[in-house]
Amino acid sequence: MADAYDILVIGGGPGGYVAAIRAAQLGFKTAVVEREHLGGICLNWGCIPTKALLRSAEIFHTLNHAKDYGLTVDGKIGFDPATVVKRSRAISAQLNNGVGFLLKKNKVDVIWGEAMITKPGEVVVAASKKPAMQPQTPIPKGILGAGTYFAKNIIAATGARPRVISGIEPDGKLIWTYFEAMVPEKFPKSLIVMGSGAIGIEFASFYRSMGTQVTVVEILPQILPVEDAEIAAHARKRFEKQGIEILTSTKVTKVEKKPDGVAATIEDANGVARTLEAERMISAVGVVGNVENLGFEALGLKIEHGIIATDGRGRTNVPGLYAIGDVAGPPMLAHKAEHEGVICVEAIKGLDPHPLDKTMIPGCTYCNPQVASVGLTEAKAKELGFDVRIGRFPFIGNGKAIALGEPDGLVKTIFDAKTGKLLGAHMVGAEVTEQIQGFVIAMNCETTEAELINSIFPHPTLSETMHESVLDAYGRVIHM
Amino acid sequence: MPIDILMPALSPTMEKGNLSRWLKKEGDKIKPGDVLAEIETDKATMEVEAIDEGVLAKIVVPAGTADVPVNNVIGLIAGEGEDAKSVASGPLPSSEKTPDAALAVPTAVSAAPILLNGERGPRVFASPLARRIAKEAGLALAAITGTGPHGRIIERDVKAALARAAAAPRIQDLKAPSAPLPAPAPSDELIRQNYAAGSFEEVPHDLMRKTIARRLVEAARTIPHFYLTADCNLDALMSLREAINAAAPKDKEGNPAYKISVNDFIIKALALALMRVPDANATWTESAMLKHKHADVGVAVAIPGGLITPIIRAAETKTLSVISREMKDFSARARARKLLPEDYQGGSTAVSNLGMFGIKSFSAIINPPQATILAVGAAEPRVIVKNGAPAIATVMSVTLSCDHRAVDGVLGAELLATFKDLIEQPAGMLV
Repeated sequence: MADAYDILVIGGGPGGYVAAIRAAQLGFKTAVVEREHLGGICLNWGCIPTKALLRSAEIFHTLNHAKDYGLTVDGKIGFDPATVVKRSRAISAQLNNGVGFLLKKNKVDVIWGEAMITKPGEVVVAASKKPAMQPQTPIPKGILGAGTYFAKNIIAATGARPRVISGIEPDGKLIWTYFEAMVPEKFPKSLIVMGSGAIGIEFASFYRSMGTQVTVVEILPQILPVEDAEIAAHARKRFEKQGIEILTSTKVTKVEKKPDGVAATIEDANGVARTLEAERMISAVGVVGNVENLGFEALGLKIEHGIIATDGRGRTNVPGLYAIGDVAGPPMLAHKAEHEGVICVEAIKGLDPHPLDKTMIPGCTYCNPQVASVGLTEAKAKELGFDVRIGRFPFIGNGKAIALGEPDGLVKTIFDAKTGKLLGAHMVGAEVTEQIQGFVIAMNCETTEAELINSIFPHPTLSETMHESVLDAYGRVIHM
Repeated sequence: MPIDILMPALSPTMEKGNLSRWLKKEGDKIKPGDVLAEIETDKATMEVEAIDEGVLAKIVVPAGTADVPVNNVIGLIAGEGEDAKSVASGPLPSSEKTPDAALAVPTAVSAAPILLNGERGPRVFASPLARRIAKEAGLALAAITGTGPHGRIIERDVKAALARAAAAPRIQDLKAPSAPLPAPAPSDELIRQNYAAGSFEEVPHDLMRKTIARRLVEAARTIPHFYLTADCNLDALMSLREAINAAAPKDKEGNPAYKISVNDFIIKALALALMRVPDANATWTESAMLKHKHADVGVAVAIPGGLITPIIRAAETKTLSVISREMKDFSARARARKLLPEDYQGGSTAVSNLGMFGIKSFSAIINPPQATILAVGAAEPRVIVKNGAPAIATVMSVTLSCDHRAVDGVLGAELLATFKDLIEQPAGMLV
């Protein structure tokens, strides 16, 4: 096995390619196996192309309100769905090429095809069986093909796919997953979104901005179920004001397909059923890890509820086999996967990376208004027995927010009353996804309220709302 | 801003201490590293060192004050450019810093640890949250090992230190909450009435005396003791010891590099015996048995006014010369009352040796949280029966006191028999 790789990563998504680059930096002979697209779902069918779509929606929305800013638009404001989608695809393609370039620059081999671990340290790569989602960027040049490859360490970074509810299987035509929702030929007149997590809400927000009649159906009592209840309620009000219909504590029990539309039977908490009709439906009920057909069972890999069990540094129960990203468990987020990849590779190197602290992973939803959070919700903090101090600050008290024409938003901070530890921060409003990192750094540095209060936040910025929220928690708020 | 000198916590469990004396007077110039005052805990005296430069503006807590709570201001230093007199006459900081959450912004001064015995370090790296929690708990950061980036002390390190302190079985914890209260002791006045006035001198207890009294009463009352005695033939050990000491290299003045005592052999033998009978290397707690992985052997050292039991850690791993050297260091520091809490806290057994006074045998009270103690009598020539005939040998009687909750009779007997074997065939201890 003279030509064995030190590290072979299965999956070229954000977890896999970042792990590979870090491995190369540490001097490992490294390869990535990818079957469809470098950059994974995130870059090709997830985070990035949706942000491109949402940007089109945001500008469209702003143009429609040009008058509010004293601007005039000569002629009709409109859109061309094909061009909106084309722009989104071009951005994915550009970044996809960028990943290829980075791997090449770091001398990471890219092997194209479907990987199967045949025995410890041995990976057989066959031609991809999965039909690639279209449109697809071309297969990069200079790749290795099908064959048997050897590696001292194998990292499974195989990602996740949409969860399917039996009886409501997406068909790609009338019932979409995020794949089809991202490349519509035209924007439907009406749309049912099943599920109100980040994916569901972002599509609901996008399509509503483009004029579609949108109904969100959520089985839980709260939209954005992982977010703080107060923030989710604030966001919900805004969505409803925009004309999105939201039905919580409601489940879709049956979907009937029609020639160009669906009729969904829904049932509320009291068991009262009714039918909703729409041109299209998006199934956004979460994702499940890709753990099948990789040879895991034969190796005796410990998989619990579809999640590979790891030790916090990527190590599984099978020596030489590691797992990171979505297959290693929630939260299934790109930035969590990237971080896990780096930790895993550094641990293989024998460095002493910090173990992943899941309580400090930020979450962002890029709807209008945006939602961002890190740490414990108020409910969770209380459930864990913390005596909490809570601060709130509305955007209406912030000069920059008013100047931007974005006076609607809220920052909520949760402290441990005993120690001043920042337990959680929750934000809804303009650009909050760009700001949450301030609280993430604060938590990682273990600041107390004192350091946050002592820090000078630049004026005028939206970030002053973060400062004021902390001040409010300690009874010192100024602009309220 | 004048700089507060705070009452330091010398161990995680310390709540208050006595300020025995000031080594600086008001008006003295102070530079970092100067010893300002001495603090007396139950068993040791510690020095408070300055970490800031300035003038000792005011002594807030006078020398000889007992039971000063940790973190109270004991003095004030006037910094550069400050008038010591105006600092001294200024308003006193509130003695117990109330944690006003809105205003409790830890300053570098109040959060900085008071440095103990000779430790010099300009800055302890700790996260703000770690500093806050340590301060609230009255815990010196310098006593904590950091596991954060670059050894920075973070929240989990402080919490671990506090958890260790809480888990360490303390004498108060051994009290069964439902146990009936013991009959109250006769009052001091009643006792005094037994003696004619003027026929005695009254010496107030120092902290060590109070601690010894409290701990031993608790130990005698709460630990079900039983005792096992054995005689050990020391002939082989004596000749081995002679050979070992004769082989010690000598320096220019003819002083040997080491001189191993019989007690050093006893410490080593007891440690090895505990490793061979690991079930006896235990500590009783109400919820579980703590089975120790190393043999930490305490050795009772008599000092003026009392005694203290410093601990040879992992004695099973140490050579006789290392044990001998550590004991010399401990004895010297114990007499100077300079032992640190970590020198004498914990342990699973102890040795108490009164052989030098010609005591033939005695039984000792267990020093909690330990489970056994070995009382060692004099090594003396005795007539023994050897091969059916009387013979003369050097014999030492030892008595093992056992905590029956942790060590049952057979287990204690196994431990003592193993100890006897090691002592009687001491060459086995050298490998």
